[in-house]
Amino acid sequence: MSAGTRAGLERVLAPALLFAALIAAWQALTVVAEIPPFLLPSPAAIAEEFVARWSTIGGAILVTGRNALVGLVVGAVLGIAAAVLAGLSHVADRMMAPLAAAVAVVPIVALAPVLYTMFGAAAETARQIVAAIAVLVPVFVTTLRGLRQVRPVHLDLMRAYAATSAQATRTVTIPAALPFVFTGLRLASSLAVISAIVAEYFGGPRTGIGSFITTAAAGSNYARAWAFVLGGIVVGLLFFSVTLAAEHLVSRRSGPRKE
Amino acid sequence: MNAPAVLVEGVSRVFGTGPGAVTALDDVSLRVAPGEFVSLIGPSGCGKSTLLRLIGDLDQPSDGRVEVFGRSAEQARLAHDYGIAFQQSGLLPWRTVRANVELPLALHGTGRKGRRERADHLLDLVGLADFAEHFPDQLSGGMQQRVAIARAFAEEPSLLLMDEPFGALDEMTRERLQGELVRICAETRAAVVFVTHSIPEAVFLSDRVVVMSARPGRITDIVDVGLGGERGEGLREDAGYYEAVIRVREALHGGAEVPSRGVETR
Repeated sequence: MSAGTRAGLERVLAPALLFAALIAAWQALTVVAEIPPFLLPSPAAIAEEFVARWSTIGGAILVTGRNALVGLVVGAVLGIAAAVLAGLSHVADRMMAPLAAAVAVVPIVALAPVLYTMFGAAAETARQIVAAIAVLVPVFVTTLRGLRQVRPVHLDLMRAYAATSAQATRTVTIPAALPFVFTGLRLASSLAVISAIVAEYFGGPRTGIGSFITTAAAGSNYARAWAFVLGGIVVGLLFFSVTLAAEHLVSRRSGPRKE
Repeated sequence: MNAPAVLVEGVSRVFGTGPGAVTALDDVSLRVAPGEFVSLIGPSGCGKSTLLRLIGDLDQPSDGRVEVFGRSAEQARLAHDYGIAFQQSGLLPWRTVRANVELPLALHGTGRKGRRERADHLLDLVGLADFAEHFPDQLSGGMQQRVAIARAFAEEPSLLLMDEPFGALDEMTRERLQGELVRICAETRAAVVFVTHSIPEAVFLSDRVVVMSARPGRITDIVDVGLGGERGEGLREDAGYYEAVIRVREALHGGAEVPSRGVETR
């Protein structure tokens, strides 16, 4: 075995072992110390619930995942558009910078009850809007930073070769900004999932992961509540790994530059 | 072509206004003939890079006139009259070496086949034919600079503007690239304006060396190197070469207020 693959294996194996050990310790703790299930259900009980309720959990994953995805796409489109506008015009930049800072400190999920009354408690709209607002700020900030990454020597080059502004944008501005945009999307994807789940805690239709967690917990079905939490983790991991892969793909060539 | 490659007449460039204004160039005049290799040398802040940027229309003079092949600097830039290379290679890291060399051709609408042929020829010329599909960050600094030079020659320009293109390289690489540049220039018969702070580099490459002084930036002397067209590695040990190095050094030190500082003499 070469040193490289061994190091790679160790990198995957070590955390996996730690994770397995923690689960085993958890299981042992609940059995040996006889911790009551309402305090901390055992992993085995959670797994049992997860399998037994899979059809409900799977459906909830789809609903919450869809809300988060709609929020991510809408928020990203708006965030990128706003950043492009701010990048083009100093006036727009000065108008939007304080606004972005203000939106960043708004406890966005706190808007959920208000939005439910606005859009009706039977619709998913409120949850998607909460997710979209949560996504907007990080995407706006990172995209704007990315648009300012163009190096002066590249701008000189574009001017020397009499490139049109459309050509310069396509040739140097966008490629330099893309890695930043995708870093923003990765950060925002987790926020979208968290916001979509937490927004469900405040009401709306009983369809997503968050609603089922509150119902199960309210009905003292703690193992079931944990099984739905596991479903939420699945959604979060899915969003995170997809956006992380996209980020790696894009920044492979425009990462650290040696010159 | 009868018009000079570069004509600079009474050019001044002042940065800023009021008491904080800095005069980077003060009443500078210069004429570069087609096919001539001219170096600009001087201490930091003498405006040599500013002068180069004015010729390339990357900056505008506060006063005076800049012409390139009988046209205004702006017209010349829009007509793609010159190629350019900077101290930083300025390669686009997300493009392959070949795509970087093809960049000026792609911007100006050359077809795919023509671009590819030209890029292959140029990469061959700078000895990087085997690296066409590599990305810039896979190359050493010297190789990156060779790619940048190949890019500068992409459109067979009759004028080449170079702003310390070898400034960040080690001495060995620097001398090898100087040799390559002399050879490529002889083949293409391009006029070159070359900014440097190295006296041996200026003498080895140039027909004439323009010596500048700082604060305000002025041309203090123009040294005719007169070493002829044949520039091999043997030239570096030639008596005429040493004599020209001494003349440039004396011109630099005679013109500067603080002779021993601010000038690199390597």
